[in-house]
Amino acid sequence: MADFLLEIGTEEIPARMIASATEELQRRIGELVTRERLCYAARVDAYASPRRLAVVAHGLATSQPDVAEQVLGPGAAHAYKDGKPTQAAIAFAKRVGVELDQLTTATTSKGIYLAADVVKKGKPALDLLAELVPKEIAALYWAKNMYWRPGKPERFVRPVRWLVALLDGEVVPLEFGGIVAGRTSRGHRILSDAPVQLASPADYAEKLRAANVLPSYSERESKIRKALDAAVRQVPGARWREDKELLDTVVNLTESPSVILGNFDKEFLALPEEVLVTVMRDHQKYFAVEDASGKLAPHFLAVLNTATDSEGEAIVRHGNERVLRARFNDARFFWKTDQRFTLKDRVAMLKSVTFQKELGSYYDKATRTQRLGSQLSAATTDFRPELRQGVVYKAALMAKCDLTTELVKEFTELQGIIGGLYVVHQAECMKLSESTAGAIGQAIYDQYKPASMEDGVPRSLEGAVLAISDKADTIAGMFALGMIPSGSKDPFALRRAANGIVRILAEHNLPLSLKRIMADALRQYKDSDAESRFTAVAQFEQNVAAFFRERLEFYLRDIKGYAYDVVNAVLASGADDVVDALARAQAVAKVRGSEDFEAISASVKRIKNILRQAVEAGKWSASTEINIAQQLADSDAERILAKQTEDLASSTALLCLRKQYDEALAALASIRRPLDDFFDKVMVMVEDEAVRSSRLHLLQKVASTFQSIADFSEVVIERNAS
Amino acid sequence: MTAKPLTFQELILKLQDFWARQGCVLQQPLDVEVGAGTMSPETFLRVLGPKPYRVAYVQPSRRPADGRYGENPNRLYKHTQYQVILKAPPENVQELYLESLKAIGIDLARHDIKFEEDNWEAPTLAAWGVGWQVMLDGLEITQFTYFQQCGGIDLDPMCAELTYGLERIAAFLQDVDSIYDIVWVHGPDGDVTYGDIRLPDEEQFSVYNFEKADVERLWQHLNAYEAECQALIAEYAAGTAEPTKKSKSESHTEPAAKFTAEQRRRFPLLPAYDLCLKCSHLFNLLDARGAISVTERVGVIQRVRNLAVGIARAWVDQLSEQKVTATAAQV
Repeated sequence: MADFLLEIGTEEIPARMIASATEELQRRIGELVTRERLCYAARVDAYASPRRLAVVAHGLATSQPDVAEQVLGPGAAHAYKDGKPTQAAIAFAKRVGVELDQLTTATTSKGIYLAADVVKKGKPALDLLAELVPKEIAALYWAKNMYWRPGKPERFVRPVRWLVALLDGEVVPLEFGGIVAGRTSRGHRILSDAPVQLASPADYAEKLRAANVLPSYSERESKIRKALDAAVRQVPGARWREDKELLDTVVNLTESPSVILGNFDKEFLALPEEVLVTVMRDHQKYFAVEDASGKLAPHFLAVLNTATDSEGEAIVRHGNERVLRARFNDARFFWKTDQRFTLKDRVAMLKSVTFQKELGSYYDKATRTQRLGSQLSAATTDFRPELRQGVVYKAALMAKCDLTTELVKEFTELQGIIGGLYVVHQAECMKLSESTAGAIGQAIYDQYKPASMEDGVPRSLEGAVLAISDKADTIAGMFALGMIPSGSKDPFALRRAANGIVRILAEHNLPLSLKRIMADALRQYKDSDAESRFTAVAQFEQNVAAFFRERLEFYLRDIKGYAYDVVNAVLASGADDVVDALARAQAVAKVRGSEDFEAISASVKRIKNILRQAVEAGKWSASTEINIAQQLADSDAERILAKQTEDLASSTALLCLRKQYDEALAALASIRRPLDDFFDKVMVMVEDEAVRSSRLHLLQKVASTFQSIADFSEVVIERNAS
Repeated sequence: MTAKPLTFQELILKLQDFWARQGCVLQQPLDVEVGAGTMSPETFLRVLGPKPYRVAYVQPSRRPADGRYGENPNRLYKHTQYQVILKAPPENVQELYLESLKAIGIDLARHDIKFEEDNWEAPTLAAWGVGWQVMLDGLEITQFTYFQQCGGIDLDPMCAELTYGLERIAAFLQDVDSIYDIVWVHGPDGDVTYGDIRLPDEEQFSVYNFEKADVERLWQHLNAYEAECQALIAEYAAGTAEPTKKSKSESHTEPAAKFTAEQRRRFPLLPAYDLCLKCSHLFNLLDARGAISVTERVGVIQRVRNLAVGIARAWVDQLSEQKVTATAAQV
């Protein structure tokens, strides 16, 4: 048994790409040794730092096992002629290296063939790895790669500068990018200039540690966490703000991490915390420090990729403080100069900011969103009279104005947030009352929410209406242009926008029609330049409906955790009103699996089959008009079911209108007995056409009593209905 | 930090000295307005074609929209880049770069250096590359790019482009909070600062760029330079068109006679490129003036890009001609 070490030494790999590349390399090498029968299921350890990706595969055979196999030759009929081997037989024996008299025959489904039992010699692991590993290196996926050698023979994320490949103590002479693997690695760029000689894979981690490189993610992560804890202890009562994403980044930016605590002037705390944290986190990759009450404290923690003496630390701290001061000064300067114009003044400036090439400027978008917002507001006040329509109206027009501010130009990730803060700050100049400005500000601040699955929805109702309008406008425009997300292609993040709309409707409990929202959104483009570029208006309604159905399905299944059959059943009865679909899903999920509904599901399935077959056989059409009173009910079972169905139809209709789906389903459960009885005792497809039609009609009626809640035929029955 | 920090001009001298020792041609700044050292023909044109080249130069870089009337201590209308092109880069190019930092007095053992992903793209030049921003104690001091494509043409060999931000580095070395406080030289009558020398430019050009530049005339200039540049590109294309293929660029003129080798070699593509740079700068001015509408913007970028791509193609063709002539001369 042998261990195999591969280290790909590169120039600094982008931090965001390291984790997935490490996993991929680990998987590829594991699959390779399995495929090549060097190990059934090798344990593969992975290491990675900015300058290297490495794996150690344990317990490999030094050679593939020999394999006995039977090789088929020519058909037996052609193998001998007059008792002598034919040319074909001789050639076959020669090819497989077996004496003629050692050949056997084998019977297959196609006949009898000459055969040879041969032993396929396994190849040495060293040769196999040398040949195949470079292909795995070349196949690694990179979001963006490059070439570096003349003639562009290969691509990789950055130039490969060295390779280590050892099978136990032996160098595997593999080659990639013009570099032949050896046993020499490199340590930390600054702290260790001597080459690192490796005797065997077992040496790897330890030798690298000695050369100031912590070779694994987890080691560096835990070292950084401890160092952050230790550094922040210098400030009594303070703690660093947990930030998983930032931690990931700095772990992947360092080989030898250490942490320093730096300070900034308290006066910067007058700037909004959002701005300070963005500068520290996104631009400087610093951790923010907060005091015991959770308020931002005038300190930061920088993660270094070096270990230096105390004089060095002082220099590095001074340098980082200097940069942060300049950044904060800039932010303050931008904040100040931005006040030359109020957001209201900036509305006109939006004319020169592109929203989307074909859809015009942000000014166009703002006016469309404003009109759409008004319509949505009006619809919303029907059930939420507390909505402040004027707030939505004003917020919609100013929502994108912060795109023209210096602060957002500099810190684009603060779009929306800055607009929200400025409305409050400029309330007086814009002659807004404190309360109105607060409400407008909050709506603008939250307009991009939810930014991710974890993010919350807009806090206020006005914010919710604004966010829906903004997103619906984008989706409508793009769909009308025919730019519909497909597969992994969704460059304008329309799925995220639609997911956002679904979540906002659900979490703000707004029973609005998606179809209507989108139709209204499309209408706002009327008579615009953009409209002349629309190519997909005819299919718009259909495309949008299918798109939102998918999003709603995603929401109910992946976010709310409903079983796929419940979701299918519920959405088959309508996917236009998110709140309603959610209520129905809740109710159906509750009764799913109950004995009554298992039976009902089975019966509805049966009804659907009968109706389908009847239609197909030309024996019935759903539109056949039948007067129930005149139907030819000649059995009790039929009469009881008819009566029950009629009673239920009227009582549950009301419950459904009130969205009391639990109660409706509870009532509907009572149809199980008469339905079972009916199927036991009554034959539907009888010869007499009038009788048959009347029975089919009754069944249709039964099925439709459920229809406004869910299509129960979609519900999967887990156990046999008893 | 015992040694006296470098003045602004000492910083330049040290870099010049260092890169001269690496065999770089020390070029002078281009005397046409550019937004970055990349736009100098010493980079844009020299990276094309197979011939190895190493060059280093200071390049004052004008970005009208970045002007702040001299009021912001960290922002400038015209900043100074130190540009190094290594074609093809040696294997130890990163180590060489780190050596250059030592040469300007940075003790790497007492600083934190990181290479953080930062890819570069210039749409008006149809150029892009991958690389890093080099961070020194949290400060971005250099853009390090492996140039992959320029003028829409794949580079082979590719080259390394190092762009040092001189004001930032000088302010860092001298530990001053404002660019204007950087000591340019210790003069006989006391220190001369960056502000002493450069502040009027910043003030006056900000006023011009943001307030005074006549939009109508800027457009006229842009159109005129573009027309001149296009005419040259078209003439070169016509003169070098493959005889079998019909040239696309001329519908109304008679196909020009094919260039002789000499006409081809001496054809003024370098002046054509200067004209393209003029267009690029005028675009930046119009942009700073807020004069380019949404619909126009993409179009104007495309216009400049077309010029850059046209020149790059012609330049590569001209280079291949030179190679042929040179080979012929040897025989």
